Amino acid sequence: MLKNKSLAFPYLVWMTVFIAVPLLIVVYFAFTTKSGAFTLENITALGDYTTVFVRSLLLAAIATAICLVLAFPVGYWLSRLPVSSQRMMQMLVILPMWMNFLLRTYAWMSLLENNGLINRFLGLFGIGPFEMINTQGAVVLGMVYNYLPYMILPLYTAMVKIDSSIIEAAQDLGADIFRVLGRVLIPLAMPGIATGITMVFVPSVSTFIISRMLGGGDTMLVGDLIELQFLGNSYNYNLGSAMSLVLMVIVLLCMSLTNTSGNKDGVEGVM
Amino acid sequence: MRQSHLRALQRVYLVLLFSFMYVPIAVMAVFSFNESKSRTIFTGFTFKWYKSLFHNEMILSALGLSLVVALIAAVVATVVGTAAAIGINAMGKRSQAVINNISYMPVVNPEIITGVSLMLLFVVAKDGIAWANQNLGWALPENIFGLPTLLIAHISFCLPYVIFNVSPKLRQLDARVYEAALDLGCNPKQAFFKVVLPELAPAILSAFLICLTYSIDDFLISYFTSGTTQTLPIVIYSMTRKKVSPEINALSTVMFLVILAIILFYNYLDGRRERRKA
Amino acid sequence: MKKLFCTLLAALLCAGAMALPAAAAGEEMIVVNDDISVSADYDWTRLADQDITLNVYNWGLYISDGSDESVDILSAFTELTGIEVNYTTYDTNESLYAKLKSGGADYDVIIPSDYMIGKMINEGMLEKLDFDNIPNMAKIGEQYKGLDYDPNDEYSVPYTWGLVGIVYNKTMVDEAPTSWDAMWDEKYENSILMFNNSRDAFAIAAKRLGMSMNPTTVEEVNTIAEELKAQKSLVQAYVMDEIFDKMEGGEAALAPYYAGDALVMMDENPDLGFAIPEEGTNYFVDAMCIPAGSKNKEAAEMFINYMCETSVGVANCDYIGYSTPITEVWEQLPDDLKYSEVAYPSAEVLANTEVFTVLPDEINAAMDKAWSDMKSYSEGGSSWLIPVGLVVAVAVVVLLFWSRNRKKQREDY
Repeated sequence: MLKNKSLAFPYLVWMTVFIAVPLLIVVYFAFTTKSGAFTLENITALGDYTTVFVRSLLLAAIATAICLVLAFPVGYWLSRLPVSSQRMMQMLVILPMWMNFLLRTYAWMSLLENNGLINRFLGLFGIGPFEMINTQGAVVLGMVYNYLPYMILPLYTAMVKIDSSIIEAAQDLGADIFRVLGRVLIPLAMPGIATGITMVFVPSVSTFIISRMLGGGDTMLVGDLIELQFLGNSYNYNLGSAMSLVLMVIVLLCMSLTNTSGNKDGVEGVM
Repeated sequence: MRQSHLRALQRVYLVLLFSFMYVPIAVMAVFSFNESKSRTIFTGFTFKWYKSLFHNEMILSALGLSLVVALIAAVVATVVGTAAAIGINAMGKRSQAVINNISYMPVVNPEIITGVSLMLLFVVAKDGIAWANQNLGWALPENIFGLPTLLIAHISFCLPYVIFNVSPKLRQLDARVYEAALDLGCNPKQAFFKVVLPELAPAILSAFLICLTYSIDDFLISYFTSGTTQTLPIVIYSMTRKKVSPEINALSTVMFLVILAIILFYNYLDGRRERRKA
Repeated sequence: MKKLFCTLLAALLCAGAMALPAAAAGEEMIVVNDDISVSADYDWTRLADQDITLNVYNWGLYISDGSDESVDILSAFTELTGIEVNYTTYDTNESLYAKLKSGGADYDVIIPSDYMIGKMINEGMLEKLDFDNIPNMAKIGEQYKGLDYDPNDEYSVPYTWGLVGIVYNKTMVDEAPTSWDAMWDEKYENSILMFNNSRDAFAIAAKRLGMSMNPTTVEEVNTIAEELKAQKSLVQAYVMDEIFDKMEGGEAALAPYYAGDALVMMDENPDLGFAIPEEGTNYFVDAMCIPAGSKNKEAAEMFINYMCETSVGVANCDYIGYSTPITEVWEQLPDDLKYSEVAYPSAEVLANTEVFTVLPDEINAAMDKAWSDMKSYSEGGSSWLIPVGLVVAVAVVVLLFWSRNRKKQREDY
């Protein structure tokens, strides 16, 4: 029974029909007109939306970078705690992730509004009000807030494997904090960093909820554009498919860039 | 001296970061008890939003649907996925690598693309069924959007997670235990169910729980494949796009407490198991 | 079922003796609850035992569904007929069209606006109605019949009508806006909300330019789109029903929206006002239709007929604020709504309005394209993004190469 390859058969059929074939359909739609004739027009038409693609990539990259910077110390400190507190802290990191992300994003709306809580609070000291909601900064904030745990967890998983004595050895040999970071910690945490980048960047670059709720609908991202073609104002499957195809290619390119170390335990570590 | 400075810095940083993560949730919880509808001015304490939440049929039926979909999807995905993990484990290195890469597609692909591509598949399938009904005299149901499409979509994005959870456990599994059971007179089926399965159980259970949570939480893929049916995240989405009722705050608070309870309970069990082992 | 039978019986027994407030003199009524009683001259229960669930797809916040202590007319319908209602909402005509066109859903009753009904009729997406099942069509005012989008009244039954105007916050503007120009006024930068659907947004820009809101050439579309682009840097957000929260909470000074919703907002926040700009505006009619392929056509027609019942209409319009096309309903509305200038404007205001017509495909496509372009367009404002992004990208690449080099070096040892 353990040597029975055919057990994988239903899975393979399922993945073929419901993962591979749909992607092929996307490709088909991307290269055809509404009447089904071959065309490259959908792809060339994307030139008009370069700003949106660039904006999405930039905002997602910024959010990923911020997440990395914020999460790195947390991951490290968590990994140095006694095992019993580690479990507690891990839970604290995971807990918000289990809240529905629409609700989490929505919570930020009432904080960031012109008459929102932050502005009210600052108003007590005579500061502000600041325009925070409906800006690109708010969108980046939403991404960081929603996906930060996806960065902390892989970093922690990678760093918990680093033996404290290695770091101590480096320190004893006269390495200052930057050398320890650059020569020991970061290289050893690289698998975690790569996984974290993937797990933050991919959902950030394709979101349409965050930009709609916190960006006020004028910070269009690729996700918004795609949604607009399929269930929104524009209704153009072919153009939407072309956009999806390009987004997919971009994401896969980015992945192959970060996944140079070919690590796959990272994703498993998160779950 | 430097050490204690570092310690303090570390503590301040962690406190700040965790407040960043928890303040929005706390704010929602506080305002779920707000008398008025305002999201920013607290005017008085009340439980009325909780009361109206539990009388809101749309939310309740959506919650019901979410649970049904999650349960079915998780069961199917766990069974099919576990079987597949065993099958894949029996294959050669090269086919394993190929299949693993395919399994990674839905994980790495942006969710919106998985959703859109499934929607296109179902639209094409629907046209195909209509054509077959008309020209070939078939009598298949044309109205596939709804529960069937939701289930297919959810099972599809859950399956890879089962594989990734069970496969490593299988690799660790000592094949000799299974062989020993065979030598001692078990037939393959008995050996599997009595020896192998208990070994895999923790991994299968955690895979099942992951599927359950991913499915309940999923919005993007359901959004494109749900037809007229509404899961809880879809109802939440349509609530956030209208005049917002504080019921939504009450809902978040309830969900947070339920999740907290589940995690605490799970942890308690885990902790006890470990202590017993020790 | 038993409960229903009792109410039925009670109603029949009492109808003669009791003068029900909602009932027209002499007509027999079925009392469903305190607020809803419907004509007894209609077989409401004939589909009760068929276990039907009706999929009703409507604009958000566009029915009295029991929230905010309003009358729940949907559950009253279920109680009356035994037909369950699965009620879901959309936020623009265009997303309704997309959802229907994709075949991604099977709806039984939808409530699009005029131009979208015309478009759907042209594309064969609607069923012809059987008016034997909708006797209440007779109650619809003559001026709402035979309109351009459905000239022979075959496909639709008017639900509500209204005008588009500017909702403004009196504490945030110096004077009540009289012209669409206010929406382009730089002193309200970032305090302006705008429609998040192409047709309504284009209509406003067109009126400001003194053009028709039904462009006939692609050039016209592009001219109007330029106007919207010019406005973009002033706009705080593009919204639909999110406007309720934002205007009620004092988040923005100006926002164009539908008169009925404006009334609801003004009720919540007394600082709000509503103005119809002098350039004229859009007059719309939303009507109930049945999409082609509906599996529950008769039940859907029963629902449409129910919605035109006087007591139902009164409860509904009282809550949603939109203007009713049924005279009997109007007569029974509370006075503040009945004589509201916002909901039932003078003939003079009405004369200066324009109705959306069905645009040719070519114009529609141009408009969709121009709309996506406008939304994607960004003015210099975000130029900081490019350098920051470049720095980030370079940093990531350097980090990667550096770490790969280190690895190689280490392996070389």
